[in-house]
Amino acid sequence: MDRRSFIARAGAVGLLGSFAPRMAFARAATPKRFVFIIQRGAADGLGIVGAVGDPAFAGARGDLAADVASGAKLDAMFALHPAMTTGATLYTQGQALFAHAIASPYRDRSHFDGQNVLETGGAGPYQYKDGWLNRLLGIVPTDDAKAIAVAATVPMALRGRYDVASYAPSSLPAASDDLLARVTQLYQGDAQLHALWNEATATRALTSDLAQDNGRNAAATGSLAARLLAPANGARVAMIETGGWDTHAGQRGRLAAQLKGLDAMIGALRTGLGPLWAATLVLVATEFGRTVAVNGTGGTDHGQASAAMLFGGGVKGGRVVSDWPGLTQASLYEGRDLKPTTQLDAFIAGAVADHFAIDPAKAMAALFPASAKVAAINGLIHT
Amino acid sequence: MSESLIAMNRFGLGARGGDTAPARPRTWLVDQFARFDAHPAALATAPTSRAVATELADYQQQRRTMRQDGTLPPKRAAMAAPPSAPMSAMAGAADMMPRGVGAADGASRGASPPDDALKQARRFARRQSRDDYATLVGLRTNAALTTDAPFVERLVHFWANHFAVSADKLTVVGLAGTLEMEAIRPHVLGTFAAMLDAVERHPAMLLYLDQAVSVGPDSPLGQRVAQRTAQNGNLRKVGLNENLAREIFELHTMGVRTGYTQADVTEFARAMTGWTVAGLGRGAAAGGGAPGDFRFAPNIHQPGARMIMGKTYPAGGEAQAQAVLADIAVHPATATHLATKLARHFAGDTPPPAMVERLRTAFLRSGGDLPTVYRAIVDSPEAWVDAPVKFRTPWEWSIAAYRALGVKQVQPLAVVGLLNQLGQPVWKPGQPVGYDDIAGSWAGPDAVLRRVEAAERFATRASETIDARTLGTQLFPAALSPSTTQSLARAESPGQALALLLVSPEMMRR
Repeated sequence: MDRRSFIARAGAVGLLGSFAPRMAFARAATPKRFVFIIQRGAADGLGIVGAVGDPAFAGARGDLAADVASGAKLDAMFALHPAMTTGATLYTQGQALFAHAIASPYRDRSHFDGQNVLETGGAGPYQYKDGWLNRLLGIVPTDDAKAIAVAATVPMALRGRYDVASYAPSSLPAASDDLLARVTQLYQGDAQLHALWNEATATRALTSDLAQDNGRNAAATGSLAARLLAPANGARVAMIETGGWDTHAGQRGRLAAQLKGLDAMIGALRTGLGPLWAATLVLVATEFGRTVAVNGTGGTDHGQASAAMLFGGGVKGGRVVSDWPGLTQASLYEGRDLKPTTQLDAFIAGAVADHFAIDPAKAMAALFPASAKVAAINGLIHT
Repeated sequence: MSESLIAMNRFGLGARGGDTAPARPRTWLVDQFARFDAHPAALATAPTSRAVATELADYQQQRRTMRQDGTLPPKRAAMAAPPSAPMSAMAGAADMMPRGVGAADGASRGASPPDDALKQARRFARRQSRDDYATLVGLRTNAALTTDAPFVERLVHFWANHFAVSADKLTVVGLAGTLEMEAIRPHVLGTFAAMLDAVERHPAMLLYLDQAVSVGPDSPLGQRVAQRTAQNGNLRKVGLNENLAREIFELHTMGVRTGYTQADVTEFARAMTGWTVAGLGRGAAAGGGAPGDFRFAPNIHQPGARMIMGKTYPAGGEAQAQAVLADIAVHPATATHLATKLARHFAGDTPPPAMVERLRTAFLRSGGDLPTVYRAIVDSPEAWVDAPVKFRTPWEWSIAAYRALGVKQVQPLAVVGLLNQLGQPVWKPGQPVGYDDIAGSWAGPDAVLRRVEAAERFATRASETIDARTLGTQLFPAALSPSTTQSLARAESPGQALALLLVSPEMMRR
């Protein structure tokens, strides 16, 4: 028996033994799972959820309007990019909701500042040193809230005072059991490495049979996240990073490929979580949107408002939430970008609060202190 | 750590087994400026950007021919895109991969029979690019293992990450490493302005940040297309792409939120039009020069004077953007930005303000003379504090491990695979901001576990004659902690002891 299956078994024994009541209780208190999929690089909201009913849409978007116009109609105004077939199915089942013309408080156009605001939940970049997803761990109603980054390192949104694990499949051969035990000894006196090592070995035990997946594509990553979230003693909150959304050139093919991957990831999460899908909320969001007009190279440049998405069994879906600002030249932000009319902070806090049955004002204050005076958006989730 | 250990590890790339510790650490560092070789023997066989670009241009030509002779259906008008776009489309699916997970081929797309020839050509081009990429990664590693000037070699890596291109698009995969060889190495001991100019006109940068296909709307080509569009409707759209102009301001020089506006970005993007690559992108049609060479194409340059940050730059073709670059290269905001990044690299994740100020002053007084700035780093007490100030990145750790083991030459694909698995693929940060230089990004639980796995593999391949206990005291004379010493002594085998040494706290930080 190798060490990893030993730990897995030891864990199972513990679960059935003295820890069983507590685990069972915690499980009953919060069966809820939450996944944040970040789209790094400024995903084009208008290309994903097209405002095909806006008379200015086709003219402003040129070539890029065609794809989305051929996708599933969401309502009189909006259509979903045809690459998102799972997304469209979930929408008809009332398990997908889209928000449009939505943005974080950040009003400039730097990816890296924009991502910092999106992840820390501040009003401006570098205002906070920890991430809102980490702060969420402090207010979810369970004693053993655990979070995990489905990546080798921990992204900003998950950094903070609560311990977080990270996991990505490795194709390196697993280190031998004896070496792992000796590394534990080696790091005993080193606070930083000791803490990291404890996390690593605990996570390893939980995911011992996952390495074969090898995470070669987005669907595999979705399945991996599902397996990390599914066990009773697994993670409750997960974050998945996706890149490649910065479509300055040749957007049409690239965005379709990106969305196909994202759609497969969401499909894999739903399949992998099985009955737990009913208790799962998936949020997809990006740092900002892209210009309304197509640039000179078949792409779009950095803009402002974009679209955000919610998926899951509890979502009051089948609708697009939007205070649509319109696409005429006069209604654009600085004459070029979709104008933000809905606050992403309020959207996230409202969804998360209802999902975990937390007071929305409390969620707003904890996750987005800078926007605490803004009311969280309610009614996004069945309560 | 003693000063000689700090010089070898924090400033250099890690001690090599058998190296003697420098008796006068500061002199040893500064003397490297005279010793550094921009074109060492280790790099003699490196593919050049010309060679890589020629392969790409051949592929693009082949594809055009196939379209023209009807082997392939013509491009749909809707796919209107610059020559590089269909290839970027392929990168799309791979980009969906979460960061830190190894890259894979793009998703296979539905192909009709006529596409087969194209697919084959594309596969060939992709394989060539990957070969070039791997060769360059291997040579970069060899140079780091054999150099007599590890401090300067570290600075080369620093600047290559500062001016990051990412080997994601097919057009950039093979070229990514040539930017470091051709634009960074020759200028690492020159002025920042010269390095900046060399980087921004390098094909890897022009293609990575889309400059090569940006067209001035009022340029001769822009006008012609506008006219035809007005007559025939729905033709290919051409125009401005502000990607590179923005990142020059934000990442390469002044830094974000330092006073330039959206209007400055757009004006700079207009000034930059015409900067393209011979044989590729817009340069393919422009004629002249070997593929990959910088080319200024007047027929896509936006005519007229530009106003940038309150200063007027008269019309002047290629020289117009050059004048802008020369000004922002020595801008005070640029000095602050670079001083902060350098101080973070040598004195810790939170750069000490006094040191930043010292480097900034050195930069401004010398007109951006890099050796002057490097001397100011060596003269900064903040960079010589006793306790380690940095958690080694995967690249730094890998190089330090190879050096510790006395490796002089590597298998390119082994290094490529290793760095993919450790979460820092070489020249592939995925974003133009490059890789982070703080522990928070690298000191993750899984990242440490990966190093342990890699260390075990290193150890099983290393010579059995290496005694980790002796090597440990050679690498860290009088600085090996009691707990590391004890772990090495108690190991069950020489190989296990070596693996433990490679992941010891002493090796994880600098």
